Amino acid sequence: MFDSILISILWLGGLGLIFGAVLAYAAKKFEVPVDPKIQQIRDLLPGANCGGCGYAGCDDLARAVNSGEAKASACSAMSGDKLTEISKITGTDSGDLQKKKAVVMCSGVGELSKRKFKYHGIENCREAMIVMQGDKVCEFGCMGYGTCVKACPSNAIKIDPKSGQVKVDESKCTGCGICEKACPKKIIKLIPADQKVQIFCKSIRKGKESKEICSASCIGCGLCEKQCPAGAIKMADNLPVIDFEKCTNCGACTEKCPTKAIRKV
Amino acid sequence: MRLLLIIVSAVLINNFVLVQFLGICPFLGVTKKVETAIGMGAAVIFVMTLASAITYVVQYAILEKFNIPFLQTIAFILVIAALVQFVELVLKKTSPSLYQALGVYLPLITTNCAVLGVAILNINYHYNFIESVVFGAAAAVGFTLALILFACIRERMEYSPIPKALEGFPIALISAALMSIAFMGFSGLI
Repeated sequence: MFDSILISILWLGGLGLIFGAVLAYAAKKFEVPVDPKIQQIRDLLPGANCGGCGYAGCDDLARAVNSGEAKASACSAMSGDKLTEISKITGTDSGDLQKKKAVVMCSGVGELSKRKFKYHGIENCREAMIVMQGDKVCEFGCMGYGTCVKACPSNAIKIDPKSGQVKVDESKCTGCGICEKACPKKIIKLIPADQKVQIFCKSIRKGKESKEICSASCIGCGLCEKQCPAGAIKMADNLPVIDFEKCTNCGACTEKCPTKAIRKV
Repeated sequence: MRLLLIIVSAVLINNFVLVQFLGICPFLGVTKKVETAIGMGAAVIFVMTLASAITYVVQYAILEKFNIPFLQTIAFILVIAALVQFVELVLKKTSPSLYQALGVYLPLITTNCAVLGVAILNINYHYNFIESVVFGAAAAVGFTLALILFACIRERMEYSPIPKALEGFPIALISAALMSIAFMGFSGLI
């Protein structure tokens, strides 16, 4: 009885010891030298592995930052103090941080915009595009099949069930730009995070044509250009273009817009 | 011939996941994409084959010899865990690309019941050394097959109109059950 207990303890303990020793030896023998700086940088990165920086996850960006291949500001989800901390580790400039957010530049969804036909296929914008460039008469507009919603790694994009409007939750959006790449219509755009006023239309049709197919469309009237006290709006291809450097977010343009295509985010 | 029978039996008739219900957690956990399913499958094939060989030696050279077979479970877990750790260390040094591919999955397997299952079944079926290794490899291939098939189905389901109440795991479990029934159809093949 006592023997078997002793033998068990000895064998199992012995096995454990042997394995421990072998592993310890292997850890030393097969050690791969890693630059400790990479780990330090990695700890400061957000760790969401979103891939928005163009590298395969945060580990890869940390490696690239350490070797001087990339700047830490490539990560749009970084905060200012963390960037300075990374600068301290690498001893180089980490680049300027400009926080961005995504906006969906179309408000002509649901009943507002006419459809060419009823689409019954796979619920995915890219699939929907295959048939006649999508089911909407306006080929610039959002179809609302939620490809961006699925692409967003931080669940910031939602489709409003009532209006069908695709909305970005600013508090969750990290500005990684994955949705920008996922949208087949190129409606999603990254803008500076503090920008309030934005044009929500991509249609370059003339006013009359636009009005016929979508009641939320910009009609290219140019009222916003005239209203802007800072001279930040210029018309191009029947659409206003906002110069974010000059825009003061005063909202004068939003008040006069007849279709509310330009408005606050 | 016996080896061939072992292979067919392990891959199809007694498929680890769908018939014996071993290793269900990776079956549901890493089958959202075919890519990850293949990664996990490769890691499992690798570890199961090695584990069958090592646990065979441990069973007959130590446990049987010193009359302590009741330590089987705990000894096998210890051996498999140490083995996986060791393989990970070696791979990291010798083959970084393979390490990158298997990376996350290797530690996951350490406590996988399918790996422990194959070790214990080898002993229960009284296989000899070669049969054990072949059984281990074939069982892992069956495991991988089930994972990849299921991942393909789940990828298709992503874009299918599924009733709201069944979205996500419920429909995954239902399709797993249907797959399992299909695999049960292989019984009686040999």
